[in-house]
Amino acid sequence: MSASASQVVTFQLDGVEVDARAGETIWQAAKRHATDIPHLCYADEPGYRADGNCRACMVEIEGERVLAASCIRTPTPGMKVTTDNERSRNARAMVMELLVADQPARSTAHDPNSQFWQWADSMALTESRLPARPKSPLPDPSHTAMRVNLDACIHCNLCVRACREVQVNDVIGMAYRGHGAKIVFDFDDPMGASTCVACGECVQACPTGALMEATLVDEEGVGRSIALEEVNSVCPYCGVGCQITYQTNGNEIVAVQGRDGPGNRQRLCVKGRFGFDYVGHPHRLTKPLIRRDDAPKSRDCEVDPANPFTHFREASWEEALDFAAAGFKGIRDSDGSKALAGFGSAKGSNEEAYLVQKLVRTGFGTNNVDHCTRLCHASSVAALLEGIGSGAVTAPFTACEDADVIIITGSNATENHPVAATFFKQAAKTKTLIVMDPRGQQLKRHATHMLQFTPGTDVALLNAMLNVIIEESLYDRQYVEANTEGFENLKHHIKDFTPEAMQDICGVDADTIRTVARKYAGAERAIIFWGMGISQSVHGTDNARCLIALSMITGQVGRPGTGLHPLRGQNNVQGASDAGLIPMMLPDYQAVDEQDIRKRFEDAWGTSLDPVRGLTVVEIMDAVFDGVIKGIYVMGENPAMSDPDVDHARAALAKLEHLVVQDIFLTETAFHADVVLPASAWPEKDGTVTNSNRQIQMGRKALDLPGEARQDWWIIQALAERIGCDWRFETVSDVFAEMKTVMPSLNNITWERLERESAVTYPCDGPDRPGNDIVFGDGFPTPDGRAKLVPASIIPPDEQPDSDYPMVLTTGRQLEHWHTGAMTRRARILDELEPEAVASLSPDDLHALGVTPGDRIRVRTRRGAIELRSRADDGIPEGLIFIPFCYAEAAANVLTNPALDPFGKIPEFKFCAAKVEAA
Amino acid sequence: MSDHSRKVELRQHPGTRRGRARATPKGRQIDPAARDEVRLLLENRPRQRDLLIEYLHLIQDAHGALSAAHLAALAGEMRLSMAEVYEVATFYAHFDVVVDGEGPPPVTIRVCDSLSCELEGAQALLGALAAAADPQRVRVVRAPCMGRCDTAPVAEVGHHHVDHASVETVMAAADAGHVHPEIPDYQDYGAYINDGGYQLLNGCLDGERKLADIIEALDKSGLRGLGGAGFPTGRKWQIVRGYDGPRLMAVNADEGEVGTFKDRHYLERSPHRFLEGVLIGAWAVEAQAVYIYLRDEYPAVREILTKEIAALGEAGLMAHTQVHLRRGAGAYICGEESSMIESIEGKRGLPRHRPPYVAEVGLFGRPTLVQNVETMYWVRDIVEKGAEWFATQGRNGGKGLRSYSVSGRVREPGVKLAPAGISARELIDEFCGGMREGHTFKGYLPGGASGGILPASLADLPLEFGALDKYGCFVGSHAVVILGHQDSMKDAALNLMRFFEDESCGQCTPCRVGTEKAVALMCRPRWDAPLLLEVGRVMADASICGLGQAAANPLNSVLEFFPEEHL
Repeated sequence: MSASASQVVTFQLDGVEVDARAGETIWQAAKRHATDIPHLCYADEPGYRADGNCRACMVEIEGERVLAASCIRTPTPGMKVTTDNERSRNARAMVMELLVADQPARSTAHDPNSQFWQWADSMALTESRLPARPKSPLPDPSHTAMRVNLDACIHCNLCVRACREVQVNDVIGMAYRGHGAKIVFDFDDPMGASTCVACGECVQACPTGALMEATLVDEEGVGRSIALEEVNSVCPYCGVGCQITYQTNGNEIVAVQGRDGPGNRQRLCVKGRFGFDYVGHPHRLTKPLIRRDDAPKSRDCEVDPANPFTHFREASWEEALDFAAAGFKGIRDSDGSKALAGFGSAKGSNEEAYLVQKLVRTGFGTNNVDHCTRLCHASSVAALLEGIGSGAVTAPFTACEDADVIIITGSNATENHPVAATFFKQAAKTKTLIVMDPRGQQLKRHATHMLQFTPGTDVALLNAMLNVIIEESLYDRQYVEANTEGFENLKHHIKDFTPEAMQDICGVDADTIRTVARKYAGAERAIIFWGMGISQSVHGTDNARCLIALSMITGQVGRPGTGLHPLRGQNNVQGASDAGLIPMMLPDYQAVDEQDIRKRFEDAWGTSLDPVRGLTVVEIMDAVFDGVIKGIYVMGENPAMSDPDVDHARAALAKLEHLVVQDIFLTETAFHADVVLPASAWPEKDGTVTNSNRQIQMGRKALDLPGEARQDWWIIQALAERIGCDWRFETVSDVFAEMKTVMPSLNNITWERLERESAVTYPCDGPDRPGNDIVFGDGFPTPDGRAKLVPASIIPPDEQPDSDYPMVLTTGRQLEHWHTGAMTRRARILDELEPEAVASLSPDDLHALGVTPGDRIRVRTRRGAIELRSRADDGIPEGLIFIPFCYAEAAANVLTNPALDPFGKIPEFKFCAAKVEAA
Repeated sequence: MSDHSRKVELRQHPGTRRGRARATPKGRQIDPAARDEVRLLLENRPRQRDLLIEYLHLIQDAHGALSAAHLAALAGEMRLSMAEVYEVATFYAHFDVVVDGEGPPPVTIRVCDSLSCELEGAQALLGALAAAADPQRVRVVRAPCMGRCDTAPVAEVGHHHVDHASVETVMAAADAGHVHPEIPDYQDYGAYINDGGYQLLNGCLDGERKLADIIEALDKSGLRGLGGAGFPTGRKWQIVRGYDGPRLMAVNADEGEVGTFKDRHYLERSPHRFLEGVLIGAWAVEAQAVYIYLRDEYPAVREILTKEIAALGEAGLMAHTQVHLRRGAGAYICGEESSMIESIEGKRGLPRHRPPYVAEVGLFGRPTLVQNVETMYWVRDIVEKGAEWFATQGRNGGKGLRSYSVSGRVREPGVKLAPAGISARELIDEFCGGMREGHTFKGYLPGGASGGILPASLADLPLEFGALDKYGCFVGSHAVVILGHQDSMKDAALNLMRFFEDESCGQCTPCRVGTEKAVALMCRPRWDAPLLLEVGRVMADASICGLGQAAANPLNSVLEFFPEEHL
């Protein structure tokens, strides 16, 4: 307080002495002192620096020859600033009049309520005495999501700052010169043909309507006059957890704006901004469905989501729920609890996740409950729990701002965590960014070092780094002694993994390995981020163990700018795991096989609990094949697309006696269902979700449910009641209240607080204190408070390329599509941007195959084959194929290898042997 | 079961089935052939951002234009975004960016249409050349001041300048493929050494000369920045020294002010006298490196400096600093010191906001000494001959010697080394042989395009910094253009406003839009004087840099001193 007080500057504003805080500009100080100065090129928003170019905010400073732009000038002690004299008023008015001269008429404005017109109105300047320019720029309607009408552009540069400095997508520039200056995309290309990733930041920043959401203008580019209501919520897509504001008209989301959340600071990506119309898609399930008696199940059973009546009939809620519950009860009573399983969803709320696991554990009587965390970060969590006693991140991704060295490995963050990537790209401007990934990617351009290593050789590379750090004594001896165990063992183990010995294995030269190891270890503050390139492997847990060891032996944890952060995939994968959607853990990672813990839950829930760990996702499918599991409840998951060797998974689903699917669409999983329960989409419900940063955030209802669709928590409770549970939840907040009684992680975090603050990080030390972003500064939540160092050996991928299958197939996501595509492929804009299945290969490989980029290819593995379009991608090394797993018509998981990591039970989605040919 | 017996199932999906996946990632992809060509040109040169403009020249010189494929490849090589490369390439007039279609014909003829050349028939020449040239082989374009106003009209064929240009001489050069600069006779390193050159620098470097003495000499001499701002040189050196190092130096050889050609005059005659001043300046502020930013309109000077700087290196005279010669690319605004710094950093030449001033936060964010060519040219003489020698040369209250670039309707135009403070009338009569036959003195530009226009009735004012302020005028770079009774002041003001419109960087509204609107209003047969004054006012009050702030000076002058012309 005293430090900042000493930096306060006192100056005169229109004759009155006022104070300016440290770093505050004249404009900001004036605003705080209730003097509004017009501004166009300055956005009073997080992340936007003043540029001072529009000159709409000019003020007079005594003793200066010319006027000053108040947005960019900081006051000095005693400075005399005048905002309200004739000279500065005239200058501001003339600037507006110069700009108004070239604007489209107010009556045909693209955005009649833009910042620009609001300021023009306030100065009564809607007409100009100056001649309009002879030629106005033409509209650019080339992009499906946005309209570019540069006739309204005032060259304020906000879109350039939005694209270059805030999102660091670097697509927009200000080209040419003088009055010919022009906003351009790449080489003055149409927006739709450019490298634009459609984050829409420019649209949000534009003060004139020159850049607009296409939904907000008509065919002629004239602003639609519709009333917009606003509801604050959080994005339903990835684990970044961007806060959003829905803008609705009637029961439709017309636009989405980024809100100043801790994980996004108003930024969004294409999905979060333009990917919401799936909610109103005609495929939405609006009535409960029961499988027709004449609709047999089979592995290849397909149902048209637009016409499910070939396989299903409509039913009342009563009938459907009774039927669903009776099926489970019957199996439970005849085959026992172990014949049942349930999948919750990382796409639902914390409250829904909690209810699903409670239903399975207390209603079904089994721990066979899991969700897609198994398919994304189970190995990371296994290694983290083993090593540091907690499966969550030790620091938020925004901690990269405080780091000196940033390692990102096995993550294509610009596609998968686009808004987190904006922080990485910003940080890379001044810090050392080390990217380690077999695939070239957009972060490569921003990286200080790009280590494009051989797929599947993570442990070799990471062990070589550990070797350098230990052999060169670069580790933090004091930290190791005070906070870790197993160092000597690791030191011994790592001896032979010299960079020289590893370079041929991992394909990164020894010098580079040494350089990055030294930089990481030598940094004052260094942080590691990783994605599923690390985790989705048979050695995923070993990969993560190496990363943990790197962090622990160098003491790069527990301080600002340090830590370990597995970038979580789904919007609520952290929260769903916290809530207990894990077969071996009760809520808050409390082991089911520990009697004391179980007893506490048995007391809380008033029922006895299965003492045996349950089966995981892939194990459950195998158990179905083995005839052990006969009934499954699936809430919001789509294993028929997301499981490895998905034909096998579908065959398992078809084999089930009883499958109940609760979802918003008739997913590929629902093709095999006996009962389909129409559920709520994210914008239709209240509930909390927890992002990758451990930030619990409030999602709010903006739309009414369609038809007879119901809230998920209501459906789960209705099922629970019918199989003998006595639940009495009347609202979602009741569920949250019960969770608090069994989850210490929610201490000091109440529903009311979340409603008020929108986001609170856990753990949190007091009801009025912010949560702890950085944890483990004083030891770890392990029995002895020490981190455990676990050495890793080199295990090759389960299936190596050979002469029959000479290439390596890797799978993942792409920017526009989410997970199995159930939502995003039904979002018009996202579908238009990526309309069909596509496989990326190196241009040289395609050439060698005699395939013209864009032609169809056939990709085969030992599990199956798919046909899809080819894409030539410079970033893909020779010998590698990348296929996103969101495309049902050519499901990548038909091809993937179900081999599991022995600890995390995660399948090897990132590596299998494949063969490619022209189709 | 064999692989091929297995049928590929085509499953349905929830998308609309409209559209087709792209064959590549989004946007333009790098063409491997273009990448190879760019790599070949760049060799192992550092892929540093600040060299972007140099590399754009490299590609354009080799390939005749900047194709989209080369620009994309260059962006990839330099790890810049395509937009960053494109916005720089399109900012500078000398780059020919060709995104689609064919590049320009092999020969470009540029015809200067700035005021002195305009007075001598530039428009007629432009028209005649356009009619005479085969568009397949030659293109004819207008260009701003080439710094040869005493030989107006001027044209440039490739990099070869044609003085007193006519259709015949220009076409002859084009037809003969005469596109390279002619190197004038100049005093080279050996000749300069024989003339006692670099003794002063050596004295400084070996400690014989004390910094305080040098600065004192500069202070006493009254030497001021001769790029136009007139800031006392000695004081500037002290100010820059006052900021913590590492420090840099930048030399502004982007002599673009209309009517100015004195820097070229000295660089083409005595480059080492200038270089010695530069090296002493770098020594004085302990600049780690010196960047000489030379306008692209002076290709002969570029050849001279390239050669002579290399000679200095061989002679071991640059041990205390590094000298980089950077090539402009056709942008008047880069004569503004902060724009020049941006351009040296490889960016568009947008002026920076002040404060902070470049002395504190300049090139690459470091304290920077920025000096004009002529200013550095005088350092050796002032120290060797003594401050008194220089200081006592003024007239009418002025101090020192000035190099006036005189053009227009005088009998003997050229660079006139004259006492500071001399009046326009004295300059014409004593140094230029009087008015040219058939022209009666009517008015004059005391300081190039931005210094305003004064009537002959005010021709006895001293041409010195500060002396013309109350008339809304200034001497700036001391470019004096003399106008006669046949010349329209209104047309002259419009010519100058068009120049500013073309050369505005476009960053701020008052200048970008103001110059454009002013031109539109000034094209009308009758001027709306009150509205023009308002436009001029906002430009002067609210523009970021001197260009916009001064752009309305000639307009205001005509409104004030030549009312008969616009009423």
